[in-house]
Amino acid sequence: MSETTADAHGAHDHHEGGFWSTYVFSLDHKMIARQFLWLGLIMMVVGGMLALIFRWQLAWPETQVWGFEWISDESEGMPEGYVTPNFYNMAVTMHATIMVFLVVMPILVGCFGNFLIPLMIGARDMAFPVLNMLSFWVAVLGAVIMTAGFFVEGGHAAAGWTGYAPLSTVPEYSGVFMGQTLWALSLFVLSFSSLMGSINYITTLINMRTEGMTWFRVPLVVWSLFVTAILGLLALPILGSAGAMMIFDRVFETNFFNPAKGGEPLLWQHLFWYFGHPEVYILILPGMGIASELLPVYCRKPIFGYRAMVYAMLAIAFLSWIVWGHHMFQSGMNPALGSAFMMTTLVIAIPSAIKTFNWLGTLWGGSIRFTVPMLHALAFVILFVIGGLSGIFMASNVVDIYIHDTYFIVAHFHYVIFGGSVFALFGGIQHWFPKMFGRSMDEALGKVHFWLTFIFFNMVFFPMHILGVGGHMRRIYNPLQYEFLQGMQPINVMITLSALALGLSQIPFVFNFFATVFRWNAKWFRVLTQAVSGLVVGFIGYKSAAVMFEGLMEPEASTGGRIVGTIVFVALTVWIYRYLEKNMAPLGADAPQNPWDANTLEWVAPTPAPHGNFGPTLPVVRRGPYEYSVPGESADWAPQTEAIDPKYAEAGH
Amino acid sequence: MMSWLPENISIEGEEIDFLFYISYYLTVVVFILVAVAMGYFIIKYRARPGVKAKYTHGNNVLEILWTVIPTFILLVFILMTQTSWAKLKLAIPQNPRVRVEVTGKQFNWIVRYPGDDGKFGTKDDLVLDNQLNVPVNKQVFIALKGADVIHSFFVPQARMKQDVVPGRTIPLWFTPTKVGKYEIPCAELCGFGHSGMNGEFIVHSEEDYAKWRKKAWAEKDK
Repeated sequence: MSETTADAHGAHDHHEGGFWSTYVFSLDHKMIARQFLWLGLIMMVVGGMLALIFRWQLAWPETQVWGFEWISDESEGMPEGYVTPNFYNMAVTMHATIMVFLVVMPILVGCFGNFLIPLMIGARDMAFPVLNMLSFWVAVLGAVIMTAGFFVEGGHAAAGWTGYAPLSTVPEYSGVFMGQTLWALSLFVLSFSSLMGSINYITTLINMRTEGMTWFRVPLVVWSLFVTAILGLLALPILGSAGAMMIFDRVFETNFFNPAKGGEPLLWQHLFWYFGHPEVYILILPGMGIASELLPVYCRKPIFGYRAMVYAMLAIAFLSWIVWGHHMFQSGMNPALGSAFMMTTLVIAIPSAIKTFNWLGTLWGGSIRFTVPMLHALAFVILFVIGGLSGIFMASNVVDIYIHDTYFIVAHFHYVIFGGSVFALFGGIQHWFPKMFGRSMDEALGKVHFWLTFIFFNMVFFPMHILGVGGHMRRIYNPLQYEFLQGMQPINVMITLSALALGLSQIPFVFNFFATVFRWNAKWFRVLTQAVSGLVVGFIGYKSAAVMFEGLMEPEASTGGRIVGTIVFVALTVWIYRYLEKNMAPLGADAPQNPWDANTLEWVAPTPAPHGNFGPTLPVVRRGPYEYSVPGESADWAPQTEAIDPKYAEAGH
Repeated sequence: MMSWLPENISIEGEEIDFLFYISYYLTVVVFILVAVAMGYFIIKYRARPGVKAKYTHGNNVLEILWTVIPTFILLVFILMTQTSWAKLKLAIPQNPRVRVEVTGKQFNWIVRYPGDDGKFGTKDDLVLDNQLNVPVNKQVFIALKGADVIHSFFVPQARMKQDVVPGRTIPLWFTPTKVGKYEIPCAELCGFGHSGMNGEFIVHSEEDYAKWRKKAWAEKDK
């Protein structure tokens, strides 16, 4: 990348160097960010489908999964659409593995990290563009290896995403051969991808902040990505090593983890969680950063307690290294260690609480604009609160004796990773889409998607707390095999129905995303979008009415249920169709340079940002990132490059 | 939410349920406070023409308050938890009334009862698959062993759970207080037969327990 080329060609530069160097082996951080986004979104479909398959099995055990009856009865996994126990274990394992390593990490860290860091600190690109490109293609390699596991004999890894040894390391115990090895190999490869990304982010941030961009003028989302990168730098090598040891155990018959030959199974757990707990914060910190970024923009108000937010993140980053044992309270490790980990774990709740209160403080006295990104940020805050509070139960090692390995923990981490990270992810996509693709995603479609996702997210995951309190173990194939769980089966059915609705709820997002990226605004396509979104809502309404009429355990609706359902169906379909007809803007229209009136530097760059990001000279920063509604200024925002009344300069950094 | 907890049948379970309730009330109250504040702010501070947002960067007194108050509450919670944990996990009983050895083996619980000599590994041991018989109101001491992969011994009604790790013997003890038949599901993914790995946990009255022992050993000697 030479700066003269960047300047001369401006916005059209990315059409320069031919297809391969522009779209495939690009060195441009913005293209790499988009590549990570595509990778993550594609894998999200795979991860989501796996979840729906095992949810089906949990609600209606050992029945044919709808839509999969065509599979041959010779199939190992789903003969004629029936889920076998090993396939179930595999689906559970791979749902988690894919969502964590190939959806949330590529999008939150890979996409937003790449896209935002250089633009928001006023740099022309990452410090090491080639390393950056490698980081993406190594992630693709990891994804290919991970996907290949589905097609090998014996099926993919089926020992849980935590891969507890020796189930995962001795093939005879699980009946899984190549799959588990590919799983470990893929994680080994992916750890390198993250490592390359981390090194790049850290170097870029330390060395390439533009003039005036002091540490305390760095936007919070960049701070969060910086802290994430440090955690990644230190945590991913542990995953890589553990993965390598698993491969050695499986392929070269070493016995790190096999007690039958003198190994130590708890060593795997210690390694996995020593990586795994910082990993949890790798998944949530960028989400916190995005929320901290969106709230001030849409409240038109400085973030409350900027420095407290930064210190809280640093505290979380430090503490995340000394809490891993809370995953192992019941593992058989010395109970005295359990005491120590209980204490550190409850201490890590404090910085999270500080962040929450500061988000509330930001709302206080604001002038709140309820755009789609803001709705997601608000959902993030309240869902993160639920996820954080439910963590208190498990943090208490005494309560954990009972709650451990039940659906309570499943509810807890989905509130954090889906309610937190994924809502932030959707909000972030819609917020930065104009800068990323030069077009704005549609607000009306976005609202339909948001409300459906918000409602059905809660209907899927809230009842899991109740299942957990009832003692429902996680990762069991058939709850009806247990007498004490039978009374709760209607809850399982409700969760599965809601999960199917949650899956359907993503359709408006898919339409919104593709229509905007590819500028599909033909009349027929708009009608199709309205009709499909309407039908999704109508269909969900029909089923909900039928369930209210018949109860959860009745498979067929009676005439009464059908009539009411049909009325609801028609009403909802028409309502959504007409709402969209009235409110949908032209899909894929060019976005203005700064559609949200935001201060940070990415909005100073032209839209779409050219190679090299900024014009001939780099912007010089003269104020903090969140100086909204400054008294005496005519607009309620001003770019960070503008000088601020010295009276306010001290307060706002 | 509490009505979803299965009935508790052990002395240790009371301890666990108590802390569960504390966590429950604590978190529900905090959640309501946060949700109400948030809802109020969202409605009150929605954008309206002519109304500008407040220009403020925060408040140090508030920062200190909302750091110190949660810290204090959590410290109390830590102390309460630690007291219970020490009672439940650190004070290994010296003279338990009933000793059993349970081995997790894909996909069964193998239960070994000592004979009248009270010792394991002698000829008069009784070995049953998936059936744990104990007398009511007596402390039961279980030595948990693993034969292959990691399992987790779970009696939901007694609130007891402990992972079973091959290569180790892990002690677990509790005192059941109610006669009845319960289940011992495995709570840690242990392979394709994990689901359905389920034992019977039978709590006998004192007399029934004596009768059961007599009958069981008689059948064994046959």
